[in-house]
Amino acid sequence: MPARKGKRATAAPRRTAARKAVEAVQPAARQRIRVTVNGHPYEADVEARTLLVYFLRDTLGLTGTHVGCDTTSCGACTVLLNGEAVKSCTLFAVQADEAEILTVEGLAKDGELHPLQKAFWEDHGLQCGFCTPGMLMTAYAFLMENPHPSEEEIRVAISGNLCRCTGYMNIVKAIQHAAQEMAAR
Amino acid sequence: MFPAPFEYVAPSTLDQAIRLLQQYGADARLLAGGQSLIPMMRFRLANPKVLIDLNRIPGLDFLEEDRGVLRIGAMVRHRAMERTPLIQQRYPLLADTARVIADPIVRNRGTVGGSIAHADPAGDWGAALLAAKAEVVITGPKGRRMGQRTLPLEDFFTGPFMTALQPGEIVTEIRVPAPGPREAGAYLKIERKVGDFAVVAVGVQIALDADGVCRKAGIGLCAVGPTSLRAREAEEWLIGKRPDESVIARAGELAAEASQPTSDTRGPAEYKRDMVRVLTVRALRKALERIPMA
Ligand SMILES: Cc1cc2nc3c(=O)[nH]c(=O)nc-3n(C[C@H](O)[C@H](O)[C@H](O)COP(=O)(O)OP(=O)(O)OC[C@H]3O[C@@H](n4cnc5c(N)ncnc54)[C@H](O)[C@@H]3O)c2cc1C
Ligand code: FES
Ligand code: FES
Repeated sequence: MPARKGKRATAAPRRTAARKAVEAVQPAARQRIRVTVNGHPYEADVEARTLLVYFLRDTLGLTGTHVGCDTTSCGACTVLLNGEAVKSCTLFAVQADEAEILTVEGLAKDGELHPLQKAFWEDHGLQCGFCTPGMLMTAYAFLMENPHPSEEEIRVAISGNLCRCTGYMNIVKAIQHAAQEMAAR
Repeated sequence: MFPAPFEYVAPSTLDQAIRLLQQYGADARLLAGGQSLIPMMRFRLANPKVLIDLNRIPGLDFLEEDRGVLRIGAMVRHRAMERTPLIQQRYPLLADTARVIADPIVRNRGTVGGSIAHADPAGDWGAALLAAKAEVVITGPKGRRMGQRTLPLEDFFTGPFMTALQPGEIVTEIRVPAPGPREAGAYLKIERKVGDFAVVAVGVQIALDADGVCRKAGIGLCAVGPTSLRAREAEEWLIGKRPDESVIARAGELAAEASQPTSDTRGPAEYKRDMVRVLTVRALRKALERIPMA
């Protein structure tokens, strides 16, 4: 959008609290949402019934986030919503309006894998890789709040993420190594 | 799978939410953590025309002790119940329960109020909060009583997935009596695998007088009846007695008699009934171990 003279260009005008309140009490089948995903602002019209995971995959093209079930069981769709791990198949995109989202695509920085990603690679924390984005995001949120976890705590933390390949051993190991690596930095 | 189309609205006050509920009546449904409702909508077991999101209403997630009562805001997440020091230190029954509900990611979103309103007989909060002798605060359209009424949780559950909520009403708070001296609780659950609903679970809360005689007992049963159940006979049996092994054993038998399990993929009724007995005995032992006797 064009910058007005004498004013700094901003991404988009903020909605005022009053306008927002008026908007908020009208049920609507579609809604305009504004989200920040991996640091980039996005604005889009979404159908109310669109689940966040399909907004990320189909609208934004961020297909790193996977869908593995219909029952909120597998955790393959895990992303961070305002810093907290959520199953993005069990949240509507409209609910994420004004939120900050981090997906697996946001982990690597400047072409450099995140220590968690490196550790999964080095420790064989994945085989087919289907569960990996969810595992990484769950582990990322977990290590933020518990940087020095015990093995038991790691196992509890990933208990909402199913892996059909690895038997979990190497995933736990990878998270342990990543924790050490991150603490040493 | 995709939910059927609906209209979404996120009110910013409780009054707005109540007005919307009145306006859209049976077409409307409240959205709390969404961890039961959204899966149901994906399977088209629930097809609301209007979804009223409670997540943008500030002030529904208080968690505090106030004049002898623990006040749990309806939008308090399972996670907060698991992590808050007040709950860990003074309400072991509730902290135990939070830890065994679903998995950590589901617990980030799911709420106590949503669980109670959902009234799943296999929901863990139902049994735990029955043992805790909780009350439910319901807020509805303003009229008499300023739109608020309070019900014992026992009267709130009216059947499987059915509650005493009337049109236009929202669960806003759950109230638990604060523990007195020499009082503690515990929650034990048998699950097929981590994160699953209970095969059977039992919550207990027990208080002793200075001589070690039981003066208060609450026992709640999960997944063994059409609603979460209270084992009244077992509670009454304990009162006035010193809870030694033989007294506890009898309480377990009485709790098992109060259960109404059915056979399903999680196990035969006979097995579940016996597990009510076993878990009641173990939970009572665990609660008693937690009572500091000076
Ligand atoms: C994989 C998985 C495993 C699970 N395992 C367990 C388990 O082991 N034990 C267990 O107890 N639960 C389990 N759950 C359910 C979970 O605890 C849900 O969070 C809970 O049942 C519903 O809470 P919610 O906040 O998510 O409610 P929602 O799903 O948002 O709502 C549930 C219902 O309650 C109504 N409602 C919500 N809030 C209110 C309110 N304040 N007033 C009136 N009505 C309201 C809604 O309209 C809806 O009908 C599991 C869920 C999943 C996905
Ligand atoms: S896709 Fe399985 S939990 Fe979301
Ligand atoms: S690596 Fe295949 S599902 Fe986990």
